Amino acid sequence: MTEQGGGQHATAARLDTLAAVRAIGNTPLLRLTNLERHLGLSERVELWLKAEWTNPGGSVKDRPALAIVRAALESGRLGRGQTLIDATSGNTGIAYAMLGAAIGFPVMLVLPGSASEERKQILAAYGATVVESDPYDGSNGAIRHVRDLVANEGDSGRFFYADQYRNPANPAAHYLTTGPEIWGQTGGRITHFVAGLGTTGTMMGTGRFLKEVSPQVELVAVQPSDAFHGLEGLKHMPTAIVPTIYDESLPDRQLAVETGEAFDLVRLLARLEGLFAGTSTGAALSGAIAVAREAAAGNRRAAIVAVAPDGGGKYLSTALWEP
Amino acid sequence: MTDASTTTTTVQVLIPTPLRTYTGGEAKVPASGATVGEVIADLNARYPGIQDRICEPDGEIRRFVNVFLNGQNVRKLGGADTGVKDGDEIGVIPAMAGGDRS
Repeated sequence: MTEQGGGQHATAARLDTLAAVRAIGNTPLLRLTNLERHLGLSERVELWLKAEWTNPGGSVKDRPALAIVRAALESGRLGRGQTLIDATSGNTGIAYAMLGAAIGFPVMLVLPGSASEERKQILAAYGATVVESDPYDGSNGAIRHVRDLVANEGDSGRFFYADQYRNPANPAAHYLTTGPEIWGQTGGRITHFVAGLGTTGTMMGTGRFLKEVSPQVELVAVQPSDAFHGLEGLKHMPTAIVPTIYDESLPDRQLAVETGEAFDLVRLLARLEGLFAGTSTGAALSGAIAVAREAAAGNRRAAIVAVAPDGGGKYLSTALWEP
Repeated sequence: MTDASTTTTTVQVLIPTPLRTYTGGEAKVPASGATVGEVIADLNARYPGIQDRICEPDGEIRRFVNVFLNGQNVRKLGGADTGVKDGDEIGVIPAMAGGDRS
């Protein structure tokens, strides 16, 4: 039997010495020149992808998870025997599980039973406990299930409820890391920032930073076009439990994407650029391409940055990659 | 004596939250047919429009939708042509877990 973190006591001070923690962030920003040519865009229009799959946990969620855990360790709400608990469609859970293993605290995650098998296997690999909620109730069911589990514990102090949908450390992580990275990597040339909305932490934090350094940067939010969709991690806001951290007034534009289109774009990205991304990357690309076409039609300069939240490997058991 | 060819096969269909707007909020509804595709078509006769949400125009199940027959993904069986029998249970779930109606 092995304990998570080798039984080491979790402290905020040790955090930045850990291998998994040090590998988070500073992800590449990749220019999609083949896609630009394929779309026939003008030379004044650039398409860039922020490759968040290169984080050690495989997704953008390593950033907010680390910020949430760091804040909880510093305040003493985690690290003294508490179990971190949250609802997650997968990637945030993987990030918590990774950090729990490296830092040394137990992790319990509630996933809808419909979450892909790969995700459950990865969580198990890190040693986290997985609780499955009703697959027919989706992510909202998982959120309600966690709230019930936490409420039933009362004041026992057993759980630290990370609550990524409400925790201000989630957008703060992007304000402090993702935003400055993109600004620096584009040399301040970014004109549009495109991200899908899930917890909305990426758009809220990165968007706020970019607006502060350059108010003319346009923030483009992408949502599924319908409540019944297949874009893991994204939310159809009109029918979802709206995250507390979400400020609807921040994005300049809202674009809707159909699941089928996002799937097709992810497959195109693999064949055209040799980049193997997950479904929500297709959603962000759809928004980026719409903006790129408008800029090209108007002969305007544009440097469009889209966030690729994760890689394609966690979708191998789904129909995304079916020939 | 019952003639099997005229017997109507009835199954129960589990409806995910975002599609319950079609079923008046019902989570489980009966439907008939000899195959999964026929059951979905019958569902559409009772709740017009629901078929388009689950199936492509050619009748195959949409890529992001998983349809389970007694817990087995029909994509690994015969797709929409998978045969069903009386008392079977069919579940419809989006392939992942994004926002649903609360």
